[in-house]
Amino acid sequence: MNHVVRMNRRSFVIGTAAVGGGLALGLELQIGSGEAEAAASEPEVNAWVVIRPDETVVIRVAKSEMGQGTITGLAQLVAEELECDWSKVTFEYPTPGQNLARKQVWGTMFTAGSRGIRESQELVRNGGAVARQMLLQAAANGWNVPVSECSAVNGAIAHKSSGRTTTFGKVAEAAGKLEPPKDVQLKDPKDWKIAGRSLKRLDTIDKLTGQLIYGIDVKLPGMLNAAIKDCPVFGGKLKSFDAEKIMGMKGVQKVVRVGESAVAVVADTWWQAKTALDALPIQWDEGENANISSASIAEWLKAGLDAEQAFVGNQNGDVKAALASAAKKVEAVYSYPYQNHATMEPMNTTALYMADKCEVWCPTQNGDRALAAVIEASGLSAPKCEVHKLPLGGGFGRRTFTDYIHQAVAIAKEMPGTPVKLLWSREEDMAHGRYHPITQAKMVGGFDASGNLTALHMRISGQSIFASVRPESLQNGRDPATFQGLNPSGPEAAIGYTIPNLLIDHAMRNPPVPPGFWRGVNINHNAIYLECFMDELAHSIGQDPLEFRRRLMAQHPKHLAVLNAVAEKIGWAKSPPQEIHRGIAQMMAFGSYVAAATEISVDNGNKIKIHRIVAATDCGTAVNPAQIERQIAGSFVYGLSALFYQECTLNGGRIEQENFDTYDSMRIAQMPKVESIVMPSGGFWGGVGEPTICVAGPAVLNAFFNATGQRIRSFPLKNHNVQFA
Amino acid sequence: MARITVNRKSHDIDVDPNTPLLWVLREQVGLTGTKYGCGIAQCGACTVHIDGAAVRSCSLPVSGAEGKQITTIEGLAQNGVLHPVQKAWLEHDVPQCGYCQTGMIMAAVALLMEKPKPSDADIDSTITNICRCGTFQQVRAAIHAATNA
Repeated sequence: MNHVVRMNRRSFVIGTAAVGGGLALGLELQIGSGEAEAAASEPEVNAWVVIRPDETVVIRVAKSEMGQGTITGLAQLVAEELECDWSKVTFEYPTPGQNLARKQVWGTMFTAGSRGIRESQELVRNGGAVARQMLLQAAANGWNVPVSECSAVNGAIAHKSSGRTTTFGKVAEAAGKLEPPKDVQLKDPKDWKIAGRSLKRLDTIDKLTGQLIYGIDVKLPGMLNAAIKDCPVFGGKLKSFDAEKIMGMKGVQKVVRVGESAVAVVADTWWQAKTALDALPIQWDEGENANISSASIAEWLKAGLDAEQAFVGNQNGDVKAALASAAKKVEAVYSYPYQNHATMEPMNTTALYMADKCEVWCPTQNGDRALAAVIEASGLSAPKCEVHKLPLGGGFGRRTFTDYIHQAVAIAKEMPGTPVKLLWSREEDMAHGRYHPITQAKMVGGFDASGNLTALHMRISGQSIFASVRPESLQNGRDPATFQGLNPSGPEAAIGYTIPNLLIDHAMRNPPVPPGFWRGVNINHNAIYLECFMDELAHSIGQDPLEFRRRLMAQHPKHLAVLNAVAEKIGWAKSPPQEIHRGIAQMMAFGSYVAAATEISVDNGNKIKIHRIVAATDCGTAVNPAQIERQIAGSFVYGLSALFYQECTLNGGRIEQENFDTYDSMRIAQMPKVESIVMPSGGFWGGVGEPTICVAGPAVLNAFFNATGQRIRSFPLKNHNVQFA
Repeated sequence: MARITVNRKSHDIDVDPNTPLLWVLREQVGLTGTKYGCGIAQCGACTVHIDGAAVRSCSLPVSGAEGKQITTIEGLAQNGVLHPVQKAWLEHDVPQCGYCQTGMIMAAVALLMEKPKPSDADIDSTITNICRCGTFQQVRAAIHAATNA
């Protein structure tokens, strides 16, 4: 069968303001105006569902799509309750302005923390169920029969006793005028027909033909392009620049001071803007952080490992006493570096500022905050501002921040009436990330004379994300997120071990480097610290790492179930083939239980080939298993790239790595075979975009120890001359 | 000025001849399917074909592409019919965010023109594009599937 390019142009209206008709400029985004105009007039059943006369079902998705498949998963949940024909389903993004005007009818647009589906599943399922009831009611009214005698299947409505039938498309307009029902019954997941299945994504075709418009691709009439440089030293300021030196360069229109610390060149094309910016003489006031280096930060964090003051995250028994009386003690110090997100699509925003209106087009994980940023930066009131969300060329947490949106609006404000697209270079992206926080950990374990683990003290020293990003979420100064995966209990991120005397605490040390949510967030290092050290403890008493863990996990059956699943699938009970070495790890985070077992070989003591990773996830409820498998495999690429290659080091108060030549990322040659076990146990909704990322690292490190006897405790591995084979 | 032929169509463009082909394609020709990722030929998001070979257009001055046949992702489908590699990508549901995929597809098409039945080792040595989402498992499957199309 031949696929015709224009078939299934499902993502045609994405990024335009289809809801409520859209603003005129939005429709000029190289998108067929016919589709957009049709979208403007089509009948809305409710906030979630639009059904066109041709039976096309448009499902509105409030969360941002950055590759994680949330569009498809959320649409499956709406379609499941709606009882529509899945082959007729397409989607669109409502705008943050619409969400605000309609009193947050779509809930929060914030898309991070593996919350896209689990946070909004009830809202969207309810939206689908309400729309179905309204469609049924409209048909029943037309036939003058009780609604209870009508049923909907696959987009068709039937009245059984009279044999009459109609379709969603025919009654949609009437349905939209009805009062929505207050109470609707949601389906039990065991009765699902559309949700729960490995359906293909709705948004693929335009990604294959180059037709999908990302933020970087936005083109508006009369648009100019901007390149920017922010002071490379964190906290530094822009002192001066000599615009005269570059004003004669071809295409250059304006040189703009942006806030206190940045300068932008606006030109006809971005390449002209970037070339001129590179030639612009700039003086920085580097400020008080100009002497900060990776070494000075490491020294400061090291002092925190034994500091008196620390926030307690998890405590039972008396660790101090238990360690003092232990028959055997094991101690190790680990550290984990700063890392940048390095989304493939660099930061960008297109902004159009006028005296009474400001519109931006941007890739964002945080639609509501993006709108707030536009309101703040433009100085205009909310009804005069609008944000058009575009598909993201990667997010991973970086695009929860709105720094680049603020910048774009500030630049556009200098040129009223002219749309300006701000695009960061990769070098700017590396220099001004919101970095994975830096930490160290001192791990001390104590055994009694019979070889029972009686005490564990885990002291984390280092940076808090919340202290920088969300200080209102601190609890008397303590950052609860620091203890991700280590909490005593709870549905989000509880530790999987019971240890009679346990203390996990955090000596907060916040260097002047902006931290952020980086796919997996705090579990990336917490899992390495805990799960590598559990292996160290097991080996110290000559026990099998799997058996050692199992003895501590009896009261954590869900943690244990995923661990057992990977152990069984990798064949832990039998010896591995010659030259093959295994490692194992487990964790809970983002509401899901995850484990990994890996098989590696090591050549020459330092060249690792990862042959297999078996990964298990209990996410409670699985909406699309095939997409979950892709998130698992993809998370390993992100996590293992970090483990092997990635750190952002500081010298002179600035990040030293400028591009992918010094901040490498895995290629297909390094990709291991990933075998996923998706094992939802029901009764809860866990995330899937992030949790598994944290178990690949410790599983590989534990296998590397088995292969070489070398225990690596600082990262990335390249610093130890350990690399992919 | 530069005269370039993109997807069989000739364009006369008023541009500094040192401008990378990538930016001429995106900003002057108006074809934005070719992406910017690094600007130093590391990531492959900007991969196009020049006389049938995969080239990273971010590091090639437009003057170096004059008089040659440039094919971008927009020129891959013929008469509205997807290229077999695009079809395989669709059937294997390969893309996640999708940003690197146009470059990845162009690299895969060039590989298959060179080696119609590539081994895994051929794929490993030739497809060196960065994908931060980590679609590699599906990319490999789709390349093998495309050889049977």
